[in-house]
Parts: sequence; C-alpha cells; structure tokens
Amino acid sequence: MAEQNKVILYGTWTSPYVKRVELALKVKGIRYEYVEEDLRNKSPLLLTFNPIHKKVPVLVHNGKAIVESLVIIEYIDETWKTGPQLLPEDPYKRSQIRFWASYMQQVSEAMVLVIKTIGEAQEKAIKEVSEKVKLLEAGLKGLFPDGIPSVHEYSKNVTLLDLVILAHFGGYEAQEEVLGLKLIDSEKTPLVVSCITALIEIPAVKESLNPLEKVVAFLKFFRENALKSATA
Amino acid sequence: MEEVKLLGFWPSSFVYRVIWALKLKGVKFDYIEEDLSNKSELLLQYNPVRKNVPVLVHGGKSIAESLVILEYIEETWPQNPLLPKDPHEKALARFWMQFGVDKIRPAIFAYFRAIGEEGEKAKEFQEVLKIVEKQGLGDQKFFGGDNTIGLVDIAFGMLAYWLECIEEVVGVKVLEASSLPRLHAWAQNFKQVPVVKDNLPDRGKLLAHYKHSREKLILAASSSQ
Repeated sequence: MAEQNKVILYGTWTSPYVKRVELALKVKGIRYEYVEEDLRNKSPLLLTFNPIHKKVPVLVHNGKAIVESLVIIEYIDETWKTGPQLLPEDPYKRSQIRFWASYMQQVSEAMVLVIKTIGEAQEKAIKEVSEKVKLLEAGLKGLFPDGIPSVHEYSKNVTLLDLVILAHFGGYEAQEEVLGLKLIDSEKTPLVVSCITALIEIPAVKESLNPLEKVVAFLKFFRENALKSATA
Repeated sequence: MEEVKLLGFWPSSFVYRVIWALKLKGVKFDYIEEDLSNKSELLLQYNPVRKNVPVLVHGGKSIAESLVILEYIEETWPQNPLLPKDPHEKALARFWMQFGVDKIRPAIFAYFRAIGEEGEKAKEFQEVLKIVEKQGLGDQKFFGGDNTIGLVDIAFGMLAYWLECIEEVVGVKVLEASSLPRLHAWAQNFKQVPVVKDNLPDRGKLLAHYKHSREKLILAASSSQ
C-alpha cells in the first residue's frame, strides 16, 4: 500500500524542462519525491528509467517511467483530477495550447543561444528571440482575448502552456541581470509578462521558484563556460 | 457537420499522416494542394506562424503541426481510436512520436544531405532505427498492437514508403530486412493497410522529386568547394 500512487521526479534544478513538470505537480497538489541528478554522473536508476535518452525529467509513477516533459504533463493531467485541468476539454483549445507549448521549444533554443554567445552571434540570437516572442504574444492574445485573468481566476484555470512559459521565462530577472538586457518586457510583450506575474503569485508556484541569487550565479557560470569553450 | 479542409503538399509525408487519420475515422474533407514555392494567401492566413503544411481547417478554425493535428483528430472524432486508453500506454505512444521528431527526423536529414558521407550517415540512421525496432516495436506487428495501427504507425509512415525512394536516390540502403528484420516487416505490413495502400503519392513522381532535391544539394556542395 505504501507503493500505491508513489510519485518520483528525477531532475536537475537548472532545467526548465524539469521545472515544467515540477510546476504541474505542484499546481495540482500532487505529493512527490524529488531526486536531484548530477548529469555528469547519472544515477543507475535514471539510466534504468530512461535508457533511451538518459535525460531528465523522468516521472516514475507506481514504478512505471514516463519521459519527455510535455508527455509527462499530459499524463499527469489525465491521471490526477485534483487542481486545475491543464488541458481544457475543448479539442480546439487543446490544439492551440499544444501548438504553442511545442513552439516554446524554438523560443527556448533561441534564448539559450543568447546566453551562450556574444557580439554579432548574440545580436542575431536576440533578434530571433524577439521575433519568436512576438509571435508567442500574438498566440496568447488569441488564447486570452480579454487579457490575463486575475490571480484568483488564473489559479483555477492554469494550463500546460502557462507552466511552460513560466518554466522558461520565470527567471527573467536573473536573465536580465546576467545579460544586461531584457528578453521580455511589459511594453513589447505585455501578455507574456502579465502571464508570468500572475502565475508567480499562485502559492504553489511561488514556493517552487529558485532564489534569484542562485539562478544568477548559475547563469553566469553557464555563460562563462559556453564562451570559454567557444574560443578554445 | 462542419466543413473540414486540409491544406497539403503532395510529396509531404507529414500531410499523409493527416490524410490517413481522417480516412481511418471516416471524416470527409476537402484537400487543397499548396505550392510551397509560392504560398497562397489562404495558407499564410491559416498558418501565419510556421507558414507550412499540413494545416487542418475545421469549421473555419485552423490547426497546424501534424502531431498536434493528429491529437485533435483523435479527440474530435473518437471512433476507431488511434491512441491507447491507458494513460501510461498513451504516454509511451506520445514518447515515440516525439522520438520521431527529436531523433529520426534529424537522422534522415543528415542522411539525405550527406555528400561523400552517405555510408556513415546511413549507419547512424540505422542505429536510431534499431532503437525504434527493439524498444518501440518489439514483437508486435504494428506499433499500435498486433491487429491495429495507431498514431505511432501513422507518424512513422514515412519510413515505410518515402524512405525507399530516398534510399534509391542517396544510393545507400538503411531499412534492410537483414539488419532491421522486424521494422522491415512492419514497413511491408503497414503499406498493405487499405487506408495507407490507397493513399500514397505516386512513386515515380516522388522519386523524381527527391532526385531533383538531391541534385540541387550536390550542386550547392560542389560549387562551394
């Protein structure tokens, strides 16, 4: 009986893909055990549960493993009926959320490039992020024609897309501090910003956010490392 | 019943995924052929973000990205289900569809674009397919089960027909009965499924299309040396 409904999440605190899943579990009030992995020294359990990709996040529920962050979140939504429904009933709305959630992959890749580069390469990457975030903003406009709801309303209606956006942009203050520039702002991308601002107020979300100094330190380290290996 | 339209491009295996799913569910639709070198206003209106096909339009609302479209079709027309009911089994099916995007697609790209490294890229591609065969297909006839095809079979459909033409054009085989017996058998079985058999692009035309693309690549490679 102790094994029933046992949920374990294997992850690394720096991964936005892990964050996506963490947010889903928290927002739905699901109890889980978290195992921090050292990706340079992967645990035998991780390799057993994700032999194909050997990556995080991996969710293990009642001994069965599920991998791929978006696949995991859909699984969570189908299995636990507590908390907000992360994908609405209507198939069309679901398709829009899935489309934009998968589009975030492109936005995320461009963001990583901004962090890893300088000079002309960085300018190019910044331009790409800007174009893609603009499209995301338009997508959000379609999903929220009346603007982002109040925190109270929002917490009942959080979707998979919201969690994905928060996982990648939630650390925007740290990004700004390390890069000295804004990738999102309330003028050019008001919906993205209000989405994040509202989400951060949800208690379950607030407690899962990493302290600013920790994220800044990590981003600095990540950027320095990337620049070092680029010039090596 | 609201009108269903599909914007497509005849050589695209992504488009055929949607055609097969719609036909398996018995959904009537209008097919609109797009010229991707000269994109129509309609396409740009219905898919402003990616500007590509397939795009499904149902009751005036558009959905892009073939895998997103497949899930939409499955949810909107639940008859003849193409995904398992059990959440864990469903998650596994979705894992394989994502695997196609993350691992198979880049391997095919690299293999098709390899000028002078065809053998090497073919081998890398084969390694990816070995994983699919062993961990995805196992001993089943289809990815969807022993008797029925599902979304994973549909998503992997390009391996059963388009790949043969690509192999002929590149000149190095990848999906062989000797090295990938079960996956090779799957490909033959998949092509015999009536909805698939009756809905495939013309082989001669497809071959010519790939030949032309590859010739352009070879020309570009040699002129940059």
